[in-house]
Amino acid sequence: MTKRATIGFSEEQAQLLDVATTFCRDKSPIEKVRSLLEDERGYDEAIWSEMAELGWLAIAVPEEFGGIGLGMAEVVPVVEQMGRTMMAGPFVSTTLAAQAILLAGTDGQKQKHLADLCAGTKATLALSEPHGDWDLGHVECAAERTGDTLKLSGRKTFVENAETADLLLVSVSLDGAPALVVVERSALPEGALRREVVIDETRRSYQVTFDGVEVSTDGLLDPALTSAALTHVDLCASLLLSAEMCGAAASCIDYTVDYLQTRKQFGKKIGSYQALKHPIVDAHVGYEQARSHLYCAAFNFTQQGEGEVATRIAKAQAGDALSFAADRAIQFHGGFGFTHDCDAQLYRRRSLWCENQHGDAAYQRAKLADLLLQ
Amino acid sequence: MSAISEKELSDYRNEAAAWFAENTIADPGFMLPLTFMEVGTDQQFEFLREWQNKVYEAGYLGAAWPKAYGGGGLDQKFQTIATEEMAKANGPIMLNAIGLNWAGPLILDMGTEEERNRYIKGILSAEDIWCQGFSEPENGSDLGNAQTKAVRDGDDWVLNGSKIWTTQGNYAKYMILLARTNPDAPNKYAGLSFFLSPMHVDGVETVPIRKLTGEYGFTQTFFTDARIPGDCLMGEEGEGWRVAMRTLEYERGVRGGQPGGYVMRASDPFEIVELARKATRGGKPALEDPVIKDQLIQLMIEARALQLNSKRGHIQPLVQDKPASLALSSKLMATEFMRRLNEFAITLQGQRGAYYVGEPDAYDKGLWQRAYLNSFSATIGGGTSQIQRNIIGEHVLGLPKS
Ligand SMILES: Cc1cc2nc3c(=O)[nH]c(=O)nc-3n(C[C@H](O)[C@H](O)[C@H](O)COP(=O)(O)OP(=O)(O)OC[C@H]3O[C@@H](n4cnc5c(N)ncnc54)[C@H](O)[C@@H]3O)c2cc1C
Ligand SMILES: Cc1cc2nc3c(=O)[nH]c(=O)nc-3n(C[C@H](O)[C@H](O)[C@H](O)COP(=O)(O)OP(=O)(O)OC[C@H]3O[C@@H](n4cnc5c(N)ncnc54)[C@H](O)[C@@H]3O)c2cc1C
Repeated sequence: MTKRATIGFSEEQAQLLDVATTFCRDKSPIEKVRSLLEDERGYDEAIWSEMAELGWLAIAVPEEFGGIGLGMAEVVPVVEQMGRTMMAGPFVSTTLAAQAILLAGTDGQKQKHLADLCAGTKATLALSEPHGDWDLGHVECAAERTGDTLKLSGRKTFVENAETADLLLVSVSLDGAPALVVVERSALPEGALRREVVIDETRRSYQVTFDGVEVSTDGLLDPALTSAALTHVDLCASLLLSAEMCGAAASCIDYTVDYLQTRKQFGKKIGSYQALKHPIVDAHVGYEQARSHLYCAAFNFTQQGEGEVATRIAKAQAGDALSFAADRAIQFHGGFGFTHDCDAQLYRRRSLWCENQHGDAAYQRAKLADLLLQ
Repeated sequence: MSAISEKELSDYRNEAAAWFAENTIADPGFMLPLTFMEVGTDQQFEFLREWQNKVYEAGYLGAAWPKAYGGGGLDQKFQTIATEEMAKANGPIMLNAIGLNWAGPLILDMGTEEERNRYIKGILSAEDIWCQGFSEPENGSDLGNAQTKAVRDGDDWVLNGSKIWTTQGNYAKYMILLARTNPDAPNKYAGLSFFLSPMHVDGVETVPIRKLTGEYGFTQTFFTDARIPGDCLMGEEGEGWRVAMRTLEYERGVRGGQPGGYVMRASDPFEIVELARKATRGGKPALEDPVIKDQLIQLMIEARALQLNSKRGHIQPLVQDKPASLALSSKLMATEFMRRLNEFAITLQGQRGAYYVGEPDAYDKGLWQRAYLNSFSATIGGGTSQIQRNIIGEHVLGLPKS
């Protein structure tokens, strides 16, 4: 870690931030998010198509594969604004799958999939397993090769939007090492999916049983690049989770401040009590720090070494910031905070999901200790 | 104004870097203060005064202030570069903090031509040290309640009362002074006036106050029928609160126009890593303890956030939601961080954390212990952290008054 951390912001980031702020606010206000809580699919197809038309899925894909040719730094403001309104859907998982194929796919796979993914074909990641290890290299799902066929076995967990995804990026153990394989959703047999009950009710998460699933070896990503791809996906996911959490922290604080400005007890607005004012200020200050780390991570993402440090810091800080803000949001809404109708629970549930994907704050700090304290 | 080229800026950076590399004295052979509120001995004072003057003469202080009053007349970008290079070279702090950061910008902003001509150059060169007479024994946080009296007598004002916790009061030539000129005003704020008041007049006495570290650093100032000229009044009579609030905006960093340099040195978590290598736990370096590692990483993350916040503060699209937020939050964040960092450094030392400056067996000469005790200067001075939270809550988040 260099002693002086850097931050910068591109013209494209500024434009995307602007457009995404309005889009998410108009298309996915909280009433909309709530209306989708009971929906089986969990997101709105029409909004998905609009996002595809806006080119958001193409942001970090090079032009030669049908993308716009920017980077993850430009995806960050978009996801931050999605987090702000708690929009759900396969945007992040599709972006991440594209990144994996971009990094480790064969030329054929890139030609075959990337343009589609940019245009709105949905993809998801099947990287987690019941053992719950955050180390993506710990793979127990297996693949056996016979000629041109791979026979898969084992279970994957936390596969988001598996029901509606067209492609799944699956990690398997092949010849004793992790491998990545692209599986068409249509290759899964009836009954392979089980919807998981998860704490973040805006999300749709599935367990996928791959026992007996056979796919062509054409779907295998370059084995020499698997490890790099797993690392890259892990960091991209952490970056975007940080963005999502920062956005959510901002709106969680705004939401709570609104209440503190209106609710009266003992003849006074409760926001005048320092028992509430000071912690909400601390939450705000924590959010400001997390946001600075987020945009530092975005700016440095492609820098060797520095990108990983900045991203892990961003993930740790965003997780802590959102958890604290959302925890206090429940408490400061009093009895109403204890209800399903109060948005505070949506934020808290989301923070518990996001923190626990790809490593919580303590895990990130342990990784940072290895990187920084030699 | 013609645009500044990248080349001009990088040339300037190179020159500044070379100058600071050559002129910065790393170790004068005695302890230097970490903040402007800790100048406790004449030796420290003289050293820092000379240093400030040298930086000013070289053009790296007040570079962006108007030439007419003694500044460099350059764009603020140049000053930012000079300050960065000063920090990189680990230069000592700027002594005349109140002059440079509150009184100076205030005079440039609201003062008369005459006041600018009279005061600005002496502030930059450290010839004229300034202090701030806001707090009183009864009224610290409740500044608007200040009771020191100023009564008109012919062309003069006559002062009576006492100010306390006055940083560098014993060295100052001038005080920015908030005094009550009308005890019968309709409310407490309306009766105040603001003075640029000389200290070296009959009836003004400063008494040093001993700090919790055992050193000296601030003073109590007593006014007994002290007579100051009529033109010391700044702005209109009865407008003191407005001027004081403007001063606080400079103090809190929400108004620009800073002359550069820095008045507090941040301790570096990397230095604590070194300490964690030396200190032991269970016969092994404390740095190998996972809990300690985790705490260290947290502190490093916070230290970086402070740097990044100030950089993000210049990126307009990333601060437009709440424009004053980062500036107002930075004092709270930075000062509370320093306190916790120093505290952690002490706990890291285990039993030897109980040593203090002067004990030969203390780690790093006991300086962490001293730094920790001193760190409260900044969480109390210039508005306590609690008051700062009120300000952020009310001005940034729009919460009702406490
Ligand atoms: C699970 C549950 C069961 C309950 N069961 C019952 C029941 O059976 N019967 C019944 O009568 N009630 C019941 N209650 C209501 C409960 O007593 C109230 O929710 C509680 O007293 C808080 O009041 P409030 O919800 O109006 O919040 P508010 O009073 O509006 O408080 C909102 C926030 O402001 C804070 N606050 C308010 N005033 C101050 C102050 N002066 N200083 C500092 N902070 C302040 C609160 O701590 C809270 O964080 C129940 C509540 C819950 C959650
Ligand atoms: C090292 C140092 C240098 C200083 N230099 C100067 C100087 O140069 N010039 C000058 O004028 N002053 C100076 N001060 C004074 C400083 O501004 C005051 O100490 C400070 O504003 C607090 O006032 P007080 O000491 O009267 O504490 P009090 O106001 O009595 O506060 C006592 C405690 O109550 C809390 N408190 C008070 N009011 C509230 C509230 N409304 N809400 C919540 N909590 C509250 C405070 O946070 C504090 O914890 C200096 C102080 C220090 C420590």
